[in-house]
Amino acid sequence: MDGMESGSGTVAGQLNIEFYGYLFGFENLWLTESLRNMWIISAAMIVVAVLIRIGMSKWDPDNPTGVQNAVEAIIETFHNYVRSVMGDKYAYYGNWYFTVFFLILFSNLSGLVLLRNPTADITLTFAFSLTTFAIIHVSGIIRSKGNYFKGYLAPHPVMLPLNIIGEIAPAISLAMRLFGVVVGGLTVSVLVYNVAPWPARIGFPALIHGYFDLFSGVLHAFIFLTLSLVFIRNKLPE
Amino acid sequence: MELLPLELVMAFSALGAGVAVCAGLCTAIGQGFVAGKTVEGIARQPEARGSLMSTMLIGCAISETSGIYGLVIALILLFANPFM
Repeated sequence: MDGMESGSGTVAGQLNIEFYGYLFGFENLWLTESLRNMWIISAAMIVVAVLIRIGMSKWDPDNPTGVQNAVEAIIETFHNYVRSVMGDKYAYYGNWYFTVFFLILFSNLSGLVLLRNPTADITLTFAFSLTTFAIIHVSGIIRSKGNYFKGYLAPHPVMLPLNIIGEIAPAISLAMRLFGVVVGGLTVSVLVYNVAPWPARIGFPALIHGYFDLFSGVLHAFIFLTLSLVFIRNKLPE
Repeated sequence: MELLPLELVMAFSALGAGVAVCAGLCTAIGQGFVAGKTVEGIARQPEARGSLMSTMLIGCAISETSGIYGLVIALILLFANPFM
């Protein structure tokens, strides 16, 4: 960050998403900083996943070592958690949310390596929450059949408009929560880097990144996972 | 209709952003209740500490939502103002 001069112009400029150009020459496909950072994170995740998959061929299920221990522990913990929320019957929803959880987690943590968090762009958080919205309703229609539509008329048909709002609100709330938390942390760290007097730039940013990126980032990736699973579970029959 | 001068719009947007962040007050009170009740629970049953802590963190984050909405409104007023 080269902005030594303070002032609202610099800070507002730092908070805006940088724009690099058009994709494939289409005028309405923008290559922005969020998109670039998302690609970097996805590429890193794909490389790690492929390396683990290649290494997996040499693994011995009876005496695990090194990486195998870590990977098994992560996947087992995750699936046990999903099973405790969804029940054994619907534990397979964890397969999709494993990817989403780690994508959100690494997006939130990317502030630690001075990449602008892709989750600080509302389009990304809305993309995640709309996939959850689609899963809630598609799996609700497929699994609970007629009861799904009866749910809108409960407890009385007069409640129909309120029920519809109640179905749309969770999607907006999921997206806004993640966006607000990440962009709030980003704003504070940009202010500390640019506006605060110079003694505040020694050591103090570590505290800021520790709280907003590590603690809040991990917590809110977990919150997104938990709330998505609970919303889906509520629409499914026993 | 006479249009407002830009300076006035900017000044009131900044004021509005400040007022919007006051949503954090209620969030702080709510999170205080959550933390206090968790401490009571841990004092009564220290062995349940682990599950109480994780439930408390989720409860805190959910009750944080209203404060975050205020923050989002403040940020929109400051950086993506629809009135300017």
